[in-house]
Order: sequence, then C-alpha cells, then structure tokens
Amino acid sequence: MLDQVKVKDGVEEETVDAVKSLAGNYKHGWNTEIEMDFAPKGVNPDIVRLISEKNEEPEWMTEWRLAAFERWEKLKEPTWAMVDYPDIDFQDIYYYARPKSMETKPKSLDEVDPKLLETYEKLGIPLAEQALLAGVEVPEEERKVAVDAVFDSVSLGTTFQEDLKKAGVIFCSISEAIREHPELVKKYLGSVVPVSDNFYATLNSAVFSDGSFVYVPPGVRCPMELSTYFRINAENTGQFERTLIIADKGSYVSYLEGCTAPKRDTAQLHAAVVEIIVEEDAEVKYSTVQNWYPGDEEGKGGIYNFVTKRADCRGDRSKVMWTQVETGSAVTWKYPSCILRGAESQGEFYSIAIANNYQQADTGTKMIHLGRDTKSRIVSKGISAGKAQNTYRGQVAMHPKAQNSRNFTQCDSLLIGDKCGAHTVPYIEVKNNSSRVEHEATTSKVDDDQLFYCRQRGIGEEDAVALVVNGFCKDVLQALPMEFAMEAQALVAISLEGSVG
Amino acid sequence: MALALETDALLADRLAGLEAVAKGATQAARRSAAARVADMGLPTRRDEYWKFTRPDALTVAEPAAAGALNLDESPFDAANPLTLVFRDGMFDAEASDALEGENLTIDLLSAAADIHWAGEIYGTLETAGQTPVARPLAALNTALATEGVLIHAKGKVERPVLIRYIAGEADVILHHVVKVDEGASLTLLETGTPGTRSNTALEVDVAKEGAFDHIRTQGRDHERGLLSHTFARMQDDAEFKSFMLTANGTLTRNECVIEILGDNISAHVGGAAIGDGKDFHHDDTVFITHDAVHCESRQVFKKVLRNGATGVFQGKILVKPDAQKTDGYQISQSLLLDEDSQFYAKPELEIYADDVACSHGSTTGAIDETALFYLRSRGIERREAQELLVLAFLAEALDEIADDDLRAAVQDQLEFWLRNLKG
Repeated sequence: MLDQVKVKDGVEEETVDAVKSLAGNYKHGWNTEIEMDFAPKGVNPDIVRLISEKNEEPEWMTEWRLAAFERWEKLKEPTWAMVDYPDIDFQDIYYYARPKSMETKPKSLDEVDPKLLETYEKLGIPLAEQALLAGVEVPEEERKVAVDAVFDSVSLGTTFQEDLKKAGVIFCSISEAIREHPELVKKYLGSVVPVSDNFYATLNSAVFSDGSFVYVPPGVRCPMELSTYFRINAENTGQFERTLIIADKGSYVSYLEGCTAPKRDTAQLHAAVVEIIVEEDAEVKYSTVQNWYPGDEEGKGGIYNFVTKRADCRGDRSKVMWTQVETGSAVTWKYPSCILRGAESQGEFYSIAIANNYQQADTGTKMIHLGRDTKSRIVSKGISAGKAQNTYRGQVAMHPKAQNSRNFTQCDSLLIGDKCGAHTVPYIEVKNNSSRVEHEATTSKVDDDQLFYCRQRGIGEEDAVALVVNGFCKDVLQALPMEFAMEAQALVAISLEGSVG
Repeated sequence: MALALETDALLADRLAGLEAVAKGATQAARRSAAARVADMGLPTRRDEYWKFTRPDALTVAEPAAAGALNLDESPFDAANPLTLVFRDGMFDAEASDALEGENLTIDLLSAAADIHWAGEIYGTLETAGQTPVARPLAALNTALATEGVLIHAKGKVERPVLIRYIAGEADVILHHVVKVDEGASLTLLETGTPGTRSNTALEVDVAKEGAFDHIRTQGRDHERGLLSHTFARMQDDAEFKSFMLTANGTLTRNECVIEILGDNISAHVGGAAIGDGKDFHHDDTVFITHDAVHCESRQVFKKVLRNGATGVFQGKILVKPDAQKTDGYQISQSLLLDEDSQFYAKPELEIYADDVACSHGSTTGAIDETALFYLRSRGIERREAQELLVLAFLAEALDEIADDDLRAAVQDQLEFWLRNLKG
C-alpha cells in the first residue's frame, strides 16, 4: 500500500521503509495446531461459573465475578473513541479456551506439551530457565527474565519461581494467586480498576480466565525482570487476562508484556485489565510491546484491543512508568493511567503508536494528580500510514489538594501518505494555582537551550530541531528494557520530521 | 431522562415565540431552525460539548435577575465609528447614526423585506456549523432572534461600524448578518452586553479577497450572562480576524465556527478574558475547518482568573483530506492568581492531510514568582507588580489586533477593567 503513496518532502525514505517493514509482513501470524477445550460460545452466569470452576476458585471469587457480570449487562459499549468497527456480537465468542493437554495442571514447565513450548520458542520467548532471548548479546553477567506464558485462556507456567521465592517475590498466574494468596488478591483486586469501571473492564472482571500476579515485599528489589507473554491462538476466542502487580513499600520491579496472535480473517476480542499498586517509596516500570495481529492490508481480521490499565501510586514518593510501543491490533482502545495519590509521587508515560493499513488506534493516558508535589510527564509519538487513524487522547487533572504539582505533555504525530489521519484530544483540568501544566505539540518548542547549542555550532534551525526531537525519541526507545530491544530496534529508524501536533 | 424531559418542555415554551418573528426574507430559515432545534433538543450538562460549562443558565426559562449596570463609555470613540445603539435588545434609532455609509448598506433584521440579500445567508452558515457538533442554542437564535443588523460591504469601508449595546433587564436574542463582497473590507466593532441574558449570533460571509476585522469588548457587568456564536464562511484569498475582550459576567460562552473553503485564506481568532469571583465562568469554544490548500489559521486565547473564577478553552482544528499546506496554530494560556481559580482546556486537532504544520499549546499556572521578585526588588509594590505582569501576559493576545489605534483602545479598556473589577 505504501508503494503508491506519495511521500511529502522532508520525510526520510528510511522512515517510510521502517513503517513498511512493520506492515504487511506480520511475522507472528502462524498458528499452533493443537487440540483445544472450549467452553460453549457466549457469556452468561453459567459461563462465568464455569470459568471460576475451571480455575478452582473459592466461592468469594465466583461471587465477585457474578456481581461484575450483573453490572456488565446493564452497561453500554462506549462510543466516544475515534474508532469505527462493526458491532461485536458478545454471544458469538468463546470465553474460555484451553489446550487439552493442560487439563491436568502440569507441575512444572517440563510437563507441558512440547508443542506449546515450541510456540514460545518460535516467538523467541525463552521458557527454559537458563535461556536468554535469541539475538540479544549476552552481557557479562547473565541477565535473567522470569516469564509467565499465557496461551489463550490459561497460563502454561512461570519460570524462575524458585529464584524469585528466595527473594520473597511472588510471581505466578492470577488463578494460582487466587488459590494460594487469597488475602492479597482479596485486598487488592478491583481496588484500582473497580468492577464497574467501564464496559470492557467489567466484562473482564466477570470472565477473566488467567493473567499474572506479582507481589514484591517491602524493601525488595526484584532480582530479575518479570515478563508475561500473551498469545491468542484459538479462533473466535476472546482473551480476557487480568494482571495484578503490587509493589510494597520501598520495592522495585520492572515488568514486561508482549502479545501476538495468528493471522485470521475474523476479528478477535482482547479485553485485559492491568492493576498496579505502588506503595510508599516503591517503583514499578511497566513496558509493553503490543504486537497483536493488525489485520491484513484490506483491513480484514485483526485483534480488537480494548484494554484498561491503571496504576495507583498510593504511597508517598512512589513512582510508576508506563512505556508502550503499539504496533499491532486492528483497533486499539487503551489509556494506561496513573493516579498520583501519594505526596511527591511520580507518573510517566512514554508511547510510540504506529498505525498502518486500516488500523485504528485511540490511545493515550490519564494523569490524575491528587497528592501534593506530584509530577507527571507524557511523551507520545503517533505515526499513521496507509489508511490508518491514530488518535492521542489524554487527560491531566490537577485536584485542589495537588499543590505544587507539575505536568509536562508532549505529543507529536507524523502522517505518511494522504489517506490517513492523526488526531489529538487532550483534556486539561487545573483546580489549583500552585501547579503548572504544560501541553505542547510544536516542534518549535523543543528545549530552547538545546536548540541554541546546535544553532551556535552552525546547524540550521530545522536540522537542529530534527536533531533534538530525534534524539528525544531515541531516548524513549532506549528507556525500554533490553528484552524489547529487538522489536524496538525496528522502530528506532523512524524519525519525526514534519511532525504535526 | 428527567433532564431531557425538562428541557423539552422549556424548548416548546420558547419556540412558541416563533410566529411573532417568522416573516420576511428570513421566514423559511427560522422555521427550519425551529424544526432543527426541536429535533436536537437543548444542550444538557451531559453533552460532551458542554463538559466544562453547565448550559443550565442559558436554557432555563427566565434569566437570573441582574443588579445595577456598570455602564462604561465606548472604548472606540476615537475611531469615529458609524454607531448603532441597541438598548434592551431593541434598536435605538435616536441614539444611532443614520443607517448609511460609503460602500455600505445597513438594514435592520426586523425590517428586512420579503426579498433581501440576507435571506440567502441568514441561518445558512449557522446550519453548516451544526456538523459535526450540534449547537442547538445557535439554531434557537436563528429561529427566534428579534433584531439584528444586516451589513453589506460593497467595497472598502473605511469608517468602522460599531454596535453598542446598552443592557437593561431583558432576555435578548440578536442575530447579525455581514456580507463582504469580492475585494471589499469592513471593520465591525461591538461593545457592551446586550441584555441580562444574551444569545447573539453573527454570520459573516466573506467573498474572494474580502477582509473582515472584528473586535468585541464585552462585560464588566458581573451578574449578566452571554452566549455568542460567530459563524464565518470564506472564499479564496479572504481574510478574517476576530478578537474578544471579556471581563466578568456569570457565564460567558463565545463560540466561533469558521469554515475555510477557498485557497490562501487567513483566519485569526483571539481573546483575552479577566475574571473575578466564584460565579465567573468564561468559555471560549472555537472550531476551525480547513477545506482548501495554503490556508492559515490562528487561535490565541489568554485568561487571567482570580478569586475562584473558572476559565474554559475548547479549540479544534479540523484539516480535511485535501487541505494540504495548512498552517494551523492554537494556543490557550491561563494565569491563576489564587488557589480557588480553575482552568479547563481541550485543545483538539483532527488531521487528515499529511503536508501540514499544525500545533497547539496550552499552559496553566500561577504568576511567575521570579518575575514578581524582580519587580519587587526594584521598588514596585506587590499589587502594582502583579498588575504589570498580568498586563504583559494578556498583551500577547492583544497583539492579534492588527490596527494600532484599535489595539490601544482595547488595551486601555483592559487596564481600566483590571483595576476596577470587583470580585
């Protein structure tokens, strides 16, 4: 498609090639031939009970789900996002799909069906504990990444559990956590994203089948990066995973999430909920490379990615950082948010969203400043090509008690070709005067000092701006953890000449 | 639901006044507007477009009572304008100049004959401005406006036209129409507040190479509410400028809807507002549609808010697929002078063309303590120093006024208001 597009002056060939290489040849589009167990299509209280039963959940959890389902039935699908897709028939989806071989829970990854393990191997995800990511150079000290592999509706297993246990870190599937650590789950589940939060989150609360659970105890720096890899394999199946991350006082954890799905002609629904609780002095880094199948060049198929992600910085001086590289999905509806409740807490959001062909992305963040001296920073780069629509939608709210708080927002978009669209919809709400809120989207407003430095050394105005902006974009990419370096590398080439706000 | 039912009843009540005004050249437009508004219903606070401003005060049956009027002199006397006076929403012929001028015709809406040039424009631009966002109160205005002026600029009009409002106790609905012919130009000034509660509309049709310059100063009357709509439609090489200075008022919402239909057009809208007190609420809502190549648009809005005042800015630039080489600029800034003041902004871009340079910025914060300290350290008293900084902040918006004399007049008005406002 890009071949026929006339590219305007100032956009480098390299950029166009990089976008092209991301489109059209979705490399994770194969599927794993395997026998599956499906629950009957559709959703009703019986299906909710069935999912709960399959996960061997206690009664309180079943009740929680049923209450969510009751709520969901009364909710309407939101229509405010700038995305357009055919009506979803929520009764024509499988809400539970499990590989047959997972019927009796394997005790360790060694017992898991090799075919399933192969799937992850093919995706480049190491499930063997000694392994490192293919292609990543081995640093002097071996880098370890613990992986929770979620295949359709179930978690296959979690690596490095022993090592983590020694450090006191709990990292397991959420179904296991509900059974093994009910006190933690009960305390935190739904406390950041309430059951009635929104249409998709409520549906997720009723039917989530699996997901990851992380608890980092006070003062512990998680000894390795934690990662969950989501794979949708079965056809006509929705994936509803739930992630709950709790960073107790003074702890630190870096968490990575990756997602892929096979190429199919019909659209598939993915409605996840991620809740993060950050206590006093704790820090959480959450990075995503979202690479769900985006549909073909005609806009057929692909994943509808309707995700609710929210972090609650409850404690003073707590910190959360969202980094996302959004390249996949036919339709994206996703706003990773930060509630900055604790004094001096910090929220950061770095996003690169690329939409090509008929992809539609409506993504952004919310920074809700409730505590004093809180800080937030939003950097969003949107790139549209083909016939795609890319929207940044964000909210920055300074509440009356959020004295002396700061927000800085920068969102840039780049259009490649004249059939696509780039949109910006920020909401700014300031309710006290000691806070400063800045929202900008002009390339002429890059840091004046840096510009002056370049200009002083004889670099032309435009080149100087490009240099500073590009340098900044690279900084965002480099902030991504090593494990995503490879996928992110493909995006580094993309520069942002001719940006529009 | 109850809310909708309530507004339905209100609307039926208000539309009962249609028969009295539906006559002459505007009759058809009024009837169609009444049908449209009945279809749309009145805005409610649940509407996304009214997210930050509650429309209740504009939709209730009777406006809230207002106290005595702070009547200021017109700031534009030095420009020697052709003055048209509206008192209590009615045209005051005695206080006004004769309705004639060089290269110019002026008629009253109430006196427009069955066949009149304005018949083609009245309600047409407003109707176009209803998509993609509904503006029911503008349609209500088209249906029910009791008076207005119809100005036709046939060539370069040197003497500015001033519409001066002297407010009384009335609930006023006015609708003005301006037509600027090919190569013609007109400066329109407005000052004062039309009524206790006003709903005004201004439709401006600018032909090729035409130029329209508009400046409005409104306010100071603390208890008065105002909703204004400006609709502009422009053809090749046209120029449009509009600037509004607002002070106080319980609720002020200025909506500006501009359609750029021809190439090489420049459209600038700007505003400065000062607000005092908890019940001050000021909303600038701008929607600019680019549908041609090589056009430029600017939105520059600044607000100073104190003693719990609230400011709102909703600005949008829509660039249609073939509107290449568009240069769109938008900035909204506000200065909050105390803890209780609030500012809400929604600066939006919707862009479907790739060779464009569109940008927006928005900042909110308190007065710069370092700047204040600098002035204080040079022996300037705190209050005076603060006023200087406020003026400097608003002056950037005033720079949008091209004419030096008119800018100076607005600047004087601004300084006077700033020093004499009571929260």
